[in-house]
Amino acid sequence: MSSAATDFKPWTRIEMAQRIAADIPEGAVVNIGIGMPELVADCLPEDKEILLQSENGLIGMGPKPGPNAIDWDLINAGKQPVTLLPGGAIFDHVTSFTMMRGGHLDIAILGAFQVAENGDLANWATNDPNAIPAVGGAMDLAVGARQVFVMMEMLTKTGVSKLVQRCSYPLTGLGCVSRVYTDHAVLDVTEAGFSLRQLAPGLDLDTLRQRAGIAIQAP
Amino acid sequence: MIDKTRADTASCVTDIADGATILVGGFGGAGMPHELIDALIAKAPRDLTIVSNNAGNGTKGLAALLAAGLVRKMVCSFPRQADSFVFDELYRSGKVELELVPQGNLVERLRAGGAGIGAFFTPTGFGTPIAAGKETREIDGRQYVLEYPIRADYALIKAHQGDRWGNLVYRKTARNFGPVMATAARITIAQVEDIVPLGSLDPEAIVTPGAFVDRVVAIGTGAAQ
Repeated sequence: MSSAATDFKPWTRIEMAQRIAADIPEGAVVNIGIGMPELVADCLPEDKEILLQSENGLIGMGPKPGPNAIDWDLINAGKQPVTLLPGGAIFDHVTSFTMMRGGHLDIAILGAFQVAENGDLANWATNDPNAIPAVGGAMDLAVGARQVFVMMEMLTKTGVSKLVQRCSYPLTGLGCVSRVYTDHAVLDVTEAGFSLRQLAPGLDLDTLRQRAGIAIQAP
Repeated sequence: MIDKTRADTASCVTDIADGATILVGGFGGAGMPHELIDALIAKAPRDLTIVSNNAGNGTKGLAALLAAGLVRKMVCSFPRQADSFVFDELYRSGKVELELVPQGNLVERLRAGGAGIGAFFTPTGFGTPIAAGKETREIDGRQYVLEYPIRADYALIKAHQGDRWGNLVYRKTARNFGPVMATAARITIAQVEDIVPLGSLDPEAIVTPGAFVDRVVAIGTGAAQ
C-alpha cells in the first residue's frame, strides 16, 4: 500500500480541466461556475463547437480579451472581462435563468465543498459563522442543468475527504451531481453510490477508497 | 407631450423618502447606475432596503451607499466578493441586515412582482436552508418551494440609450437585471449614456418599452467603470 502512495501523482488543476473539457460533446450548452471550473474554458478543444453560457446574460462566450480589447460591459459570472464568439447572444437575467432553471443547459460545471454518495451537493456555505453567505446562481444550476459535473480536489487542505455519505455543510441541491472530477479520480454518482471512471496515475482503487473514506464501486 | 427626461440626476431622486425599497440594477459593476446612486447618497434617505445582485464592489456605487450608512437591509444573491469589504464590515458588526436569495429566485420574484403574479413554486433551493419554513409542494413528482414576489418603490437602472418616452436599449452584459427591475417598481428611473430623438430607436430592438420607465437622465459616455 505504501508503494502505491509513493508512485501516486495527483492530477493538476489544469489536467482536471482538460479531462472535463475532453468529455464535453460537440454542440453542448455549458455553464461554467466561478472559481476552479473557470479553467475548463481555456481547455476546450478548438475542433468542437461548445456553447458557453454565463448567468449574467450571454451565450457563445469566447476567450479572455487582449489587454487593449477589455470592455467592462462584457463580463462573465466571475465579473472578469470576456469576449463573444460570432453567433453569440446577449439577453437579460429573466432569459438567462429561464435557460438555467428550465432544463436548457446540457452541463453545469461547479466547484464544491462536499459531494455525497446520493448526489447531494454542498458548495455555497460552510458552517463558519464569520463567513459571509453567498449563493449566486448555484442552486438554480443544481436543479436546472441536465447534468451537474463537480470539479474539486478530493481532500481538504487538512486531508479530510470531500466525498461523503451525507453532506455536513448546508446543501445547494439534492441528488443533483452526476459526475465528480477530482485530482485523485473521476467518479460517477450512481444509484449504488460513487462508481470509478478513471484513476490518477499511480493510484489503485483500494488506496483511493482508503483516502476517500467512502465506498467506491469498481468500474 | 410625454417627456420623461430629467435635466440631472438630483431631480430624479428628490421624492425618495426614508424607508424606501429600491431595486438597484447591475451585476458587479456592469449596469450599475453609479451616477443615480451618487445622487441618492446626496439626497440621503435613511433605512433603505436595497435589492441588488451583489452588495457593492470597491468604494463606488452600492458600496458608497452602504458606507454612507443609509441602508438597513440588503436583499441579494452574492454579497461575498473579494472587493466587497464595505458590506462585509457592516454585516459583521450587525449594522445591515441580509436576506440571501438564490439568483434565479431573485430574478423570478422580480418578474412576478412586475407581472402581477401572486406567488410561484420553484424547484430552486428545495431541501436547502433557503427553503426552511417555506411552503413546499410536489407537482408531477418533483418538489417545489413557494416564493413570493418582490415589488419596490423605486428602481434605479442603467441603460445605453433612451428616448423621451422612456424606451431603453442596453449595452452588452450591462443589460442583466435592468429589464426585469424596470417592471417591478412603482417608479423606474433610468440613467442612459445619451437620450436620442423619439423614433430613432429601432422598435424591434427596444428592450424595455417606455411604459415601464418613469424618468430618464443622460449621463454621457465614459460612464462605465
